[in-house]
Amino acid sequence: MHQAQAEPLSRVSETSEQTGAALRTQITFSNFNFYYGKYHALKNINLDIYHSQVTAFIGPSGCGKSTLLRTMNRMYDLYPEQRAEGELLLDGENILDKKIDINHLRARIGMVFQKPTPFPMAIYDNIAFGVNLQERLSRSAMDDRVEWALRKAALWDEVKDILKQSGMSLSGGQQQRLCIARGIAVKPEVLLLDEPTSALDPISTMRIEELISELRQDFTIVIVTHNMQQAARISDYTAYMYLGEMIEYGVTDQVFIKPQKKATEDYITGRFG
Amino acid sequence: MTASLNLRRQRQLINRVALTMSLLAMSFGLVWLIWILVDVFHLGMSGLSLKLFTEMTPPPGSSGGLLNAIVGSLILVSLATLLGTPIGIMAGIYLAEYGQHTWLGHTTRFINGILLSAPSIVIGLFVYAVYVAKMGRFSGFSGVIALALLVIPVVVSTTENMLKLVPNSLREAVFALGASKWVVISKVTLRASTAGVITGILLAVARISGETAPLLFTALSNQFWSVDLNQPIANLPVTIFKFAMSPFKDWQEIAWAGVFLITLGVLGLNILARVLFRQKHRS
Repeated sequence: MHQAQAEPLSRVSETSEQTGAALRTQITFSNFNFYYGKYHALKNINLDIYHSQVTAFIGPSGCGKSTLLRTMNRMYDLYPEQRAEGELLLDGENILDKKIDINHLRARIGMVFQKPTPFPMAIYDNIAFGVNLQERLSRSAMDDRVEWALRKAALWDEVKDILKQSGMSLSGGQQQRLCIARGIAVKPEVLLLDEPTSALDPISTMRIEELISELRQDFTIVIVTHNMQQAARISDYTAYMYLGEMIEYGVTDQVFIKPQKKATEDYITGRFG
Repeated sequence: MTASLNLRRQRQLINRVALTMSLLAMSFGLVWLIWILVDVFHLGMSGLSLKLFTEMTPPPGSSGGLLNAIVGSLILVSLATLLGTPIGIMAGIYLAEYGQHTWLGHTTRFINGILLSAPSIVIGLFVYAVYVAKMGRFSGFSGVIALALLVIPVVVSTTENMLKLVPNSLREAVFALGASKWVVISKVTLRASTAGVITGILLAVARISGETAPLLFTALSNQFWSVDLNQPIANLPVTIFKFAMSPFKDWQEIAWAGVFLITLGVLGLNILARVLFRQKHRS
C-alpha cells in the first residue's frame, strides 16, 4: 500500500519526514484546541492529514473524534458557544481565520453525516442543489454532473429511472449513498465522513466501504468510525483519540499491528472501550 | 402467590376506573359538540335555499339572502390572510432560525403568546381606537387589519414550531454544502415544514372566519351590496349576530343558515388541514 511502512510511525512529524516525498500534506492541525463553552473538548491536537489518503479517527464515545472532524469545515460556527483556538491549515491557509469565506470553504470540504439526510426534494434535485450553489451549469451539463456523481456513489443503476422521485423514498443505504453523491457532486477536495455506516445494515455498509476505497483516488477522505475493523479495512492512516487528546497517529497497519502506546493497544485489542 | 394475584386484581380495577372516567370525560365533551352540530345542521338546513347565495340581506318582513355578507366575509378573510400570513411566516422564521436565544426573540415569543390568547374583542377595540376613531368611520380596511392581527400570532407560532421540528442534522447537511443561511431556510427547512405551515394558515383562516367581536367595532356591517373597503362592509358573523338577536322570524332563519355556512366552512378547513398534514407525514 505504502512505500513508508517499514518504520513504525507514532507522531505526525516523523510521518511527514519519512514519507514527505510521496505524500502531500493537505490539512495540518497545530496546537489546536477546541471548547464547548467552558468544556475543553480537544487538547493540543497536532496532526497532518495527507492528500488522497483515507484517514480514520477511532476512539471511545466522547473522545472528540467527531468534534475534530467537524472543525475542518467549521461546522461548529453554527453554534455560538463553540470555539476553536490554534492553527488549522488547509493547503497552507489558516481556515480558522475570521476572514475566510466559510461557504467557499464548505464547498471545498464536503461532509456526510451519521444519519442519512436527504433533502425533501427529488433525487436529481438533491444532487443539483449543492452544485447550483457553487456554479452555473447548463441543463445538459447538470444532467452529466448528476449522473457522474451518482455513478461515483454507485447509486446510478438503482435510481436512473426514478430521478424525479423524492430522495426520502429511498432505503437507508441508498439515502446514504445519495448523500455521498451530493457531497462529491460539488467536487470538493476533502470528504469528511462522520460514522457514515453506523445506521446501516451490513450489506449497505460493505457497499459504502467499497465506495470509499474507490473515492480515495479523487478525494482526501477523513472518516470517523466506531468500528475498528472498518478503520483497519479502509483507512491508510489511523488516529486514536482518548479524552480529547491525540494518543497515537500513524499508518493504519502499524497502529493496528504494532501500536506504540499501551493505551492504543488496550483499546484495539478490546481490553477497554 | 396470592399477594401477586391481589396486586394484579387491584391493578385491573384501577385500570377500569381510570378508563371509565376518561371515557366519560370524552363523551361529555363530544355530546355538546354533536348536539351543536346537529342543531346547526337541522336549523340551518331549513333556511338553506338558492336565494341565500343570490340575494342581499333583506329588511325585516321581506325575503332575501346573504350574498353581500358572504362576499364581504370572503373579501375580509382573504385580505386579512394575505396581509397576516407573510408577516407571520417571516416572524416565525426569525424566531426559529435567527433569534432563538436572543433577547429580541424571547420578547417577541412572549408577546406573541399574549397576542395569541388575547380576547378578540380587545383586538377589535384596539383597531377601533387607532384606526376607526382616527378616520372617523367604520370601514372594510379596519376589519381586515383586525382580522390580520388575529392571523399573525397563529401563523407565527405554527411556523416557529414546525421549523423547530426540522432536525438540526438536516440544517447542518445543507450548510455543509456551502449554503448561506437564507438558502438553508428558504430551500430546505421551510420546504420540509410546508405542510405544517399551511396547516397553521388554514387553522388561522378557520379562526377568523367566525370572529364577530373584532368586526363589530371595525367593518361593522352593511345591509346593502358594497365592496368598497373604505365603507362599512357586510360580513357573515356580524349579520348573524344582528339577525339572530332580532325578533323577526325570517331574519332568525337567515341567521341559522349563515351559522350553518360558517360551520361547514370551518369544518371543511379543519378537515383539509388534517388531510394535508397527515399526507405529508406519511410520505
